[in-house]
Amino acid sequence: MSRELQCHKGIGGRVEGEALVADDNFSARYDLDRIRGVFSRKTHKLFGQSYRDKILVLNTAKGGVASAWMLHEMKSRGVCPKAILFNSANTILAQGAALADLPMCDRFEDGDVTRLIKTGQQLIVDPKAGIITVK
Amino acid sequence: MRLTDEERAMLDGEQGEARRWAIDHQIKVGEMFDAIDLVLVSQAHMMIDPESVGDPGVSFLENLADKGAQVAIPMITDPRGVDLNYYRPLGQTEEMADIDRRTIVACERMGILMTNTCVNYQTIMPPVLGDHVAYGDTGVVIYCNSACGARSNFEGGPSALAAGLTGRTPRYGLHLDENRQATCRFRVMEQPQELTDWGVLGAVVGAKAGSYWEVPVIEGLDLVPTSDEMKHLGAAMASYGSTPLFHLAGITPEARCLTDVGGDSLPVQNITAADLDGFRSNFGGKGDKVDVVVFAAPQLSIVEMQAVARLCNGASFAIAVVVCTSPQVYADATRMGFVSTIEGAGAKVLEGTCFYNQYAREIGEANGWTRLLSNSAKIVNILGGYGYEPALASMEDCVAAAIAGEIQ
Repeated sequence: MSRELQCHKGIGGRVEGEALVADDNFSARYDLDRIRGVFSRKTHKLFGQSYRDKILVLNTAKGGVASAWMLHEMKSRGVCPKAILFNSANTILAQGAALADLPMCDRFEDGDVTRLIKTGQQLIVDPKAGIITVK
Repeated sequence: MRLTDEERAMLDGEQGEARRWAIDHQIKVGEMFDAIDLVLVSQAHMMIDPESVGDPGVSFLENLADKGAQVAIPMITDPRGVDLNYYRPLGQTEEMADIDRRTIVACERMGILMTNTCVNYQTIMPPVLGDHVAYGDTGVVIYCNSACGARSNFEGGPSALAAGLTGRTPRYGLHLDENRQATCRFRVMEQPQELTDWGVLGAVVGAKAGSYWEVPVIEGLDLVPTSDEMKHLGAAMASYGSTPLFHLAGITPEARCLTDVGGDSLPVQNITAADLDGFRSNFGGKGDKVDVVVFAAPQLSIVEMQAVARLCNGASFAIAVVVCTSPQVYADATRMGFVSTIEGAGAKVLEGTCFYNQYAREIGEANGWTRLLSNSAKIVNILGGYGYEPALASMEDCVAAAIAGEIQ
């Protein structure tokens, strides 16, 4: 049985995919091997895992302004998550998502999204409606 | 979002495809942050270092330029990733230089001023109190919000470009009065003495504040910091905390007193000598070997260039030393003899770059640099993520280490 999670209205179009979840944060510059498409920072909870075509579910965004270009660069090469869900995005990642047309949502009504969704679950992300469907 | 007739025309493509893209981008971002409208901005400042832009980013810029994009307001740039007069000796490739060359051409076609600096508030046109601007580079944003009383969010490259093209930015975050009030309060128990002390104070406050949406107010400072001291304070705070604004009670323009920013009702956290020493203990100690000494992040002012030159006078370095400054300061420092004095000791002064956004990982590997020493609390934070073992010392101690090959 599917259930729906309400969040703040986000960026990008409707997308379906498999969740990759961690109670950790996100920086395109410091956490990723962007060529291989894996988390490369050893202390990251998703270290070694591929994010390609996954729907990433993480706590918040961190780091400087460089990530705003990087999502576009990642998407252009096709080695990119399908969408990113945060408890709280920052300005830079939201700007990067808008440039890359990468679906991004945050601020979930039912609390910590990294606990509401589990790795491997199939999701439908609808940023315009602010609804995530867990299948 | 509420749009004016002119903004509606931009969105309908009546002012060309580039402005249509720009305002569409701004509406997407603005709606995510509940902006009710756009605010006019007087300047934009864009971070476009080639490592993060990559080939797809340059192609995007070229495509906008092909469509006739022209900036509507003065728009300037953050440091480049390559000093085109000195990149092969650092181990940077032709491919890296070509991305930079293409970026410069595309930006110039759009009317962007290639200032290549993260100290524009010292060298180009500092914003004034209440000035709405769209700046990239966290160090630029925090300085201009805090020391100048200007109003900017962290604008990544694409959003700064959009602001340059429309002359506006979504009105959210630090453009609003209510988000500029203090949310946490710190009291300094040990006075900073020199530049690195200010950076360490900024790092400790930033780490404690810990998010973009926190605004620290700091009290207990005996002296008004100089522009260079405020620069290191802010750059480190933004680096460790994603902090975009701080107030210094009785010093910065929006906090003539604590109550102006609501600080009087907040609980006080003391910043003690133990806090500062604890931070420093993460970054090297006496006797540690050093591969490279770096003065950068932010780029050096002419006053810092003079100070480095005085320390370098007659010295002979045992290891590599890299100094990064803006093209504006570089010209002055050359004319005043500082560049020749610094390079006479065996250092290299780079123009228009900043060490951490010029392929730091690749140049480290090419030159065998792992153990890096700097007086910048910001750079030692960033380069830990780039395969370096960073250490922190004052400018004077950095120069002494460059002569001896180890921290004195």
